[in-house]
Amino acid sequence: MSRADTVELVYLLCAVSFIVALKGLSTPRHARAGNLVGAAGMTVAVAVTFATPGLHRALLIVGAIALGSAIGLPAARSVKMTAIPQMVAAFNGVGGAAAALVSLAEFDRSSTETGLGTAAAVLLSALIGAVSFTGSAVTFAKLQELMTGRPVVLPAQRLINLLLGASTVGLVVWGLAARSVLAAVLLTIVALVLGVLFVLPVGGADVPVVISLLNSFTGLAVAATGAVLRTPLLLVAGTLVGASGTLLTRMMSQAMGRPLSNILFGAITAQPTTVVTGDSDDRSVRTGTVDDVAVLLAYARQVVIVPGYGLAVAQAQHTIRELADLLEHRGVEVVYGIHPVAGRMPGHMNVLLAEANVPYEQLREMDEVNPQLPLTDVVLVVGANDVVNPAARDLPGSPIYGMPILNVDEAHAVVFLKRSMRPGFAGIDNALLYDPKTTMLFGDAKDTLNALVAAVPTA
Amino acid sequence: MTETTLGLFTIFVLSVFVGFEVISKVSSTLHTPLMSGANAIHGVILIGSMVILGTAHGGMQITLGFVAVVLATVNAVGGFVVTDRMLQMFKGRRK
Repeated sequence: MSRADTVELVYLLCAVSFIVALKGLSTPRHARAGNLVGAAGMTVAVAVTFATPGLHRALLIVGAIALGSAIGLPAARSVKMTAIPQMVAAFNGVGGAAAALVSLAEFDRSSTETGLGTAAAVLLSALIGAVSFTGSAVTFAKLQELMTGRPVVLPAQRLINLLLGASTVGLVVWGLAARSVLAAVLLTIVALVLGVLFVLPVGGADVPVVISLLNSFTGLAVAATGAVLRTPLLLVAGTLVGASGTLLTRMMSQAMGRPLSNILFGAITAQPTTVVTGDSDDRSVRTGTVDDVAVLLAYARQVVIVPGYGLAVAQAQHTIRELADLLEHRGVEVVYGIHPVAGRMPGHMNVLLAEANVPYEQLREMDEVNPQLPLTDVVLVVGANDVVNPAARDLPGSPIYGMPILNVDEAHAVVFLKRSMRPGFAGIDNALLYDPKTTMLFGDAKDTLNALVAAVPTA
Repeated sequence: MTETTLGLFTIFVLSVFVGFEVISKVSSTLHTPLMSGANAIHGVILIGSMVILGTAHGGMQITLGFVAVVLATVNAVGGFVVTDRMLQMFKGRRK
């Protein structure tokens, strides 16, 4: 077996490790191990690449890797958990840029003898890689609040898009017909502008979906580069990320209750009047599945349950205790946050819960539980609405303004078990339902809780 | 081992199906770590960047290759480390 064959064989192992990594990352139990398998595969791939026949400048390569590590490692180590999305966007952007550069360099080296298929792959990689680069840069700026998080639409956006689209097509045809490096470079420049214009109209809350989409773009750019270099490892790994990223993007936009096209182009296609007045209709609600919420609860440190009248109506107090017991069994600290007017009269809820044998020490009054809420991982609101409505605190014009509330909006995540989007008792819209950290589970409280009780042990 | 265009296309099509299959059911709690992990995996462009830099002719190609290796390393190293940090917190909560 030649040395080149050995390298290829090791690459195959690395490709397998990436598949195993992705598989592991999609289950809570194996996620961390999966990530480590991927990292190990990458390390082996890099090491074996030095054995590629005809590879020179090993020292320069090592230097470049050292420089890249010196940038990437401290950035990844020091980033605050709240800033993770923009960090991922940044890493994604530089990956896209690297893919575009590799393709352009390869094209420059062998432009005249490049086959049609390879030339197409070069142009594709340059185009997508560049879009991913500037697109990620804009996402980063939005999330880091270097610019406004609101959708930005240029006055003549449609005309500009049309012109950019036309020049993209023209440059691709020119590049393919003449194998022109100049065309590929110009195409890259147009794509850099396209990437900016692609992300500008997306609102801040929708940005995570766009990061996911750009992530799959970079995957495809890497796959195209793999075709250019005729390296199956790049092709496999890039395609894996491209395909799984596309699926992930779809799942995320579904979880937000909005089609992807609305997230991406909503601001462009919207009529000017609806932008001004249609504020409340445009807000998205994130609906979760029972399995999602079960995982969220099972892996939390502290859960606060906020029971409301809906719980009493559904006669679900026994079921909620079952759920709380299961969680406690898994080491999750569970307490109940009892609003003074939870239920229909003061103290009503305490009675109901005592009836279901909920230990007294788990019941906390509003004033006790409010200081704990910023440290709480998940608040499970069951059949309550007005008592957690931030409007009572923040909106002087609201009919319930001044009512003391449980500040559940300060917790890390909020799950609402509700029958529908109907406003609560006071008939007031609750902005918390539209908050990005809120997950909705619609349905009868008892049915939903029973489903959760069934799902938590397998989470 | 040189790959034919048809061979590469076959690999591409099969990989699409594997990519879809491998994450067909995933809880929304894991969306962000999964995205971040996939992000690290496309840092494999580092391999291509190394080959370009190691086989480049002339200053232009060397410069492009060098920049590509640096950027790809940032992608791969940063991606895996940040994903691990995220998942580490996850595990700590389980007790």
